[in-house]
Amino acid sequence: MFANRFITFVLCMAFTPAAILSGCNSAPKVNEAEVSLKLRSIQTRSYDTTNANNALRVAMATLQDLGFVIDNADADLGTVSATKLDNAATKMTITVRARGKTEILVRANAQYRLHAVDDPIFYQQFFTAYSKSMFLEAHEVDAAAPGL
Amino acid sequence: MTSNFCNLKQLAVMGLFFVLAGLTGCASNTIPPDALLMKEPATEIRQRQARRYATTDEKQVIIAASQLLQDLGFNVENSAKDLGLLVVSKDRSAVDGGQVAGQIAVAVIFGVRMSVDKEQKIRASVVTCPSADRKAIDVRVTFQRLVWDDRGQLSKLERLDDPEMYQDFYIKLSKALFLEAQEVG
Repeated sequence: MFANRFITFVLCMAFTPAAILSGCNSAPKVNEAEVSLKLRSIQTRSYDTTNANNALRVAMATLQDLGFVIDNADADLGTVSATKLDNAATKMTITVRARGKTEILVRANAQYRLHAVDDPIFYQQFFTAYSKSMFLEAHEVDAAAPGL
Repeated sequence: MTSNFCNLKQLAVMGLFFVLAGLTGCASNTIPPDALLMKEPATEIRQRQARRYATTDEKQVIIAASQLLQDLGFNVENSAKDLGLLVVSKDRSAVDGGQVAGQIAVAVIFGVRMSVDKEQKIRASVVTCPSADRKAIDVRVTFQRLVWDDRGQLSKLERLDDPEMYQDFYIKLSKALFLEAQEVG
């Protein structure tokens, strides 16, 4: 009986580090599962404007309203990146690009700690705040449509 | 029979133990539902972080801000003139006398070495934007910091919300611009 317990204890001690380490693997996750069309739709809205510079400035103002500090921005490429530190780090990138001659596409993606954010509510909250600052209505986009 | 039962029970306990150990290997990475929500109204935060200057020269405002931030010891990390953005940071000691005294006391009483803050990176971004009537420039600065302890672990990630810090920044910016700052609602 004692031997059994001793063996159990030894096995637990031997495998615990392995079990803990197996909780996360350290593969270089460069090519993660391709973003689904659904997620791309969740992350994208279109707006009836052609003023990309204003759209980027509004994105920066919205991110600041939401507690982010802007890390980087590029008017030519239409990108803004920002980080929110609130016990954990949330990083967001917003890209703005023209679609056709009358509208722009705004896409947001985020990571929380070490994971990509795919929660639709998170993006919904962002675009609600962004649309208010843009004084424009956001249109949902069909991710399968050409140009997206 | 009893022995087999004991083995099964032991196996079940071991299995549960390994599953729990595996789960603790990864911290929760699900974004909290309130990650984008602020604890105070956006207007109040904006009043603290933003000011309006009666000028149309956005470039001059960014240059004045960069000079001021250099005076405060920050290094420029990034800038985008077309978007009125300036990103700066500085690395400083985060050693606090009280924390160190606490560390020594805990070590003497309990024989345990407690970690204390050692280094910090303070980051700030300044964003300028012409006002809606194009007669003034709105400036908004935001500060945050990351703190590492003496074991090299990140111990704090936080926004800096002290109103005095922002007030002090704008008093100095107003002096540099020779302009009076107005609050932005």
